[in-house]
Amino acid sequence: MAGVNLSGIIKRYGAVQVVHGIDLDVAEREFVVLVGPSGCGKSTTLRMIAGLEEISEGDLEIDGRRMNRVAPKDRDVAMVFQNYALYPHLNVADNMAFGLRIRKMPKDQIATTIAETAEILGLTDYLARRPADLSGGQRQRVAMGRAIVRHPKVFLFDEPLSNLDAKLRTQMRAEIKRLHNRLGVTSVYVTHDQVEAMTLADRIVVMNDGRIEQIGTPMELFNNPVNTFVAGFLGSPPMNQMKAQLTETGARVGASEIKLTGAINGNAGRDVIVGIRPEHVTLYPGDQTAALPIQLDLVEPLGSEALLHGRFGEDPVVFKTETNGDIAHLQGVNQVHVPASLVKIFDAETGRALRLEH
Amino acid sequence: MTDQNADRGTIVAGSQQVFKGIFGRKNAAPTGIAGSKSSLSWLVHVSVLALVLLWVFPTVGLFVSSFRTGDQISTSGWWASLGTSEQNVVFRVADPDENRVADGDQFVVTGNFFDEKGGSGTITVWGTSSRAIAAYQAGDLAELKGTETITVDASGAYTWRGAEDEITGRGQRVFATITAPPEFTFENYENMLFDPSNSEGMAKAFFNTLTVTIPATIIPIVIAAFAAYALAWMDFPGRALLIAAVVGFLVVPLQLALIPLLKLHLGTGIGKGYLGVWLAHTGFGMPLAIYLLRNYMVGLPKDIIENAKVDGATDFQIFTKIILPLSFPALAAFSIFQFLWTWNDLLVAKVFLIDSTGQTTVMTNQITELLGTRGGNWEILATAAFVSIAVPLVVFFAMQRYLVRGLLAGSVK
Repeated sequence: MAGVNLSGIIKRYGAVQVVHGIDLDVAEREFVVLVGPSGCGKSTTLRMIAGLEEISEGDLEIDGRRMNRVAPKDRDVAMVFQNYALYPHLNVADNMAFGLRIRKMPKDQIATTIAETAEILGLTDYLARRPADLSGGQRQRVAMGRAIVRHPKVFLFDEPLSNLDAKLRTQMRAEIKRLHNRLGVTSVYVTHDQVEAMTLADRIVVMNDGRIEQIGTPMELFNNPVNTFVAGFLGSPPMNQMKAQLTETGARVGASEIKLTGAINGNAGRDVIVGIRPEHVTLYPGDQTAALPIQLDLVEPLGSEALLHGRFGEDPVVFKTETNGDIAHLQGVNQVHVPASLVKIFDAETGRALRLEH
Repeated sequence: MTDQNADRGTIVAGSQQVFKGIFGRKNAAPTGIAGSKSSLSWLVHVSVLALVLLWVFPTVGLFVSSFRTGDQISTSGWWASLGTSEQNVVFRVADPDENRVADGDQFVVTGNFFDEKGGSGTITVWGTSSRAIAAYQAGDLAELKGTETITVDASGAYTWRGAEDEITGRGQRVFATITAPPEFTFENYENMLFDPSNSEGMAKAFFNTLTVTIPATIIPIVIAAFAAYALAWMDFPGRALLIAAVVGFLVVPLQLALIPLLKLHLGTGIGKGYLGVWLAHTGFGMPLAIYLLRNYMVGLPKDIIENAKVDGATDFQIFTKIILPLSFPALAAFSIFQFLWTWNDLLVAKVFLIDSTGQTTVMTNQITELLGTRGGNWEILATAAFVSIAVPLVVFFAMQRYLVRGLLAGSVK
């Protein structure tokens, strides 16, 4: 059990720099999720922790020991790959035993470890099968089992669920969470799926373009994104972002104005982006709500909720509202209301959140 | 005929399979629209059929011919030997002065032509004169001069009967047409393989060829497997240049290197002999071996190897525990290539192995010599040729399933 510390990690391929200085401390027993769009450097970062990519600059420490020049086999980490990377010529038991045999663990100990792990993962009946004879979910479990039996200091997950179908993914997600609660091994998990990030993580690291945008607990990131990127990345559907201008009393968006409770602090006239979470709006005005006139062009029923697709001025917007069992009454919606305290303001140029004092 | 063609057939069919095994994975699914077969696939089927026939006919012919006697080969083709054959044979009745038996006032000689002369079959028609060899049916009674008669039945039994002065002197001649069932003999093989006094035998050459071939297959494949892993999966400076060099060596004709290499062998004391021919085959086979194996290994899923690294395996462990088992189809494919090539090789053996003592002759060389000295003895040539292709046939059929088997199914999604 150990922490992982990255400081100023840089990765270059020749002259091209793809990771620009990552600073991250993963505490012992913590589950950290790296999330970001493809090409943001999250997998590269994970592979640098595993030792599969060389670190161009910066320091990597696992359990307080500098690991930059240590071979993957000596880092005592276990990795679960997107493609599972099972050894196709070995059966499930041998797949799991591979790392243990290499480490020269005694045979009887290997057998008990595998039996225990197979029990945890529900693989006991499949130990003699080859990977080719397993379903996707079972292969995924074998890949996890192979990592678990090693009792490594750190688990590394590289998009382990992205090859599963939606139902199985939800199931395995819960299983990973349960396993982590049970085993408590420090884990670094890479995904591009923000739902996985939200549900699994103790802390989420949002990455973009080789940089960390924000680190925080899922709710911190959801409630207080530091910039428009994080705001647009987390949440489903993502936060609506509309061009606006600050006035003395609020933000003017096109022809309408959203009253803001916080102090504008002399920022009046500044170009900003207004961010509103789709689920924060209501169809009926309340205390301290601002009205947003929208042109509705599509209602998507999801069951208990419905998505309202429309335009607000020039910006496309999506809002979520309850259906109460019927969507007929949603067809004529031309206005939604949002509590002023939940409206986020970002600088139009830098995309950074502006803290308005409430 | 046969020897050359049959061998080439083996190689053609073999390489078809090999290329399917090695490259099939990458461009699988040759059909165009789902459910409809393109005209190309019919062309492929027809070509395969043509190749198979081209390969099967000489092989079967050689096989059948090697079990026939020289006489049979010279009178009919191998295809005729599979049915009953018709033959004209001249028999002579047993010496009457010794065998005749009195029967009333006449004397009789009885016997069976097949028992006396050997052979078997059924007599259909016969005659007593070379001008009318089909004058009588089996079982007919032929009346000859005076009281002399003879009867011959289908089983070859005869009864020659006549007066005392007629049944004497030389025995009566009978010209018979017999239909014989297919008849095969192991005599050729006994002669060519198991007769130690036969200086033209194939036994010694057979074992010499094995002595050349087995190490000449194993040595390059072991070296090439290591090299291929390094070139595919290990990072070191100059790797790309080395790969380019290997590809370059592929196109160097081996004839170019024969004389310089021989001089080198003689100069360094390796001389002519098995060691020299092993080294030569190793060298000549290596570029193709490295190229094929490296291309195969580089196609193995990267994740598997990385996972093994994280699991704690060293490069050597990854090679022996992961790469080698997964590369089995490619290893089998190349070993078939190399085995057939060294087995059928004459040139390299002539240059690097065979010296004036003749103790180290290989089968290809032996057959060449037989062609010169016993060019007319087809039964010997056919047997020698079949002995030389038997092992490649066995190897090919034993190994071909490994070429087709996809070991990688299921490892990655």
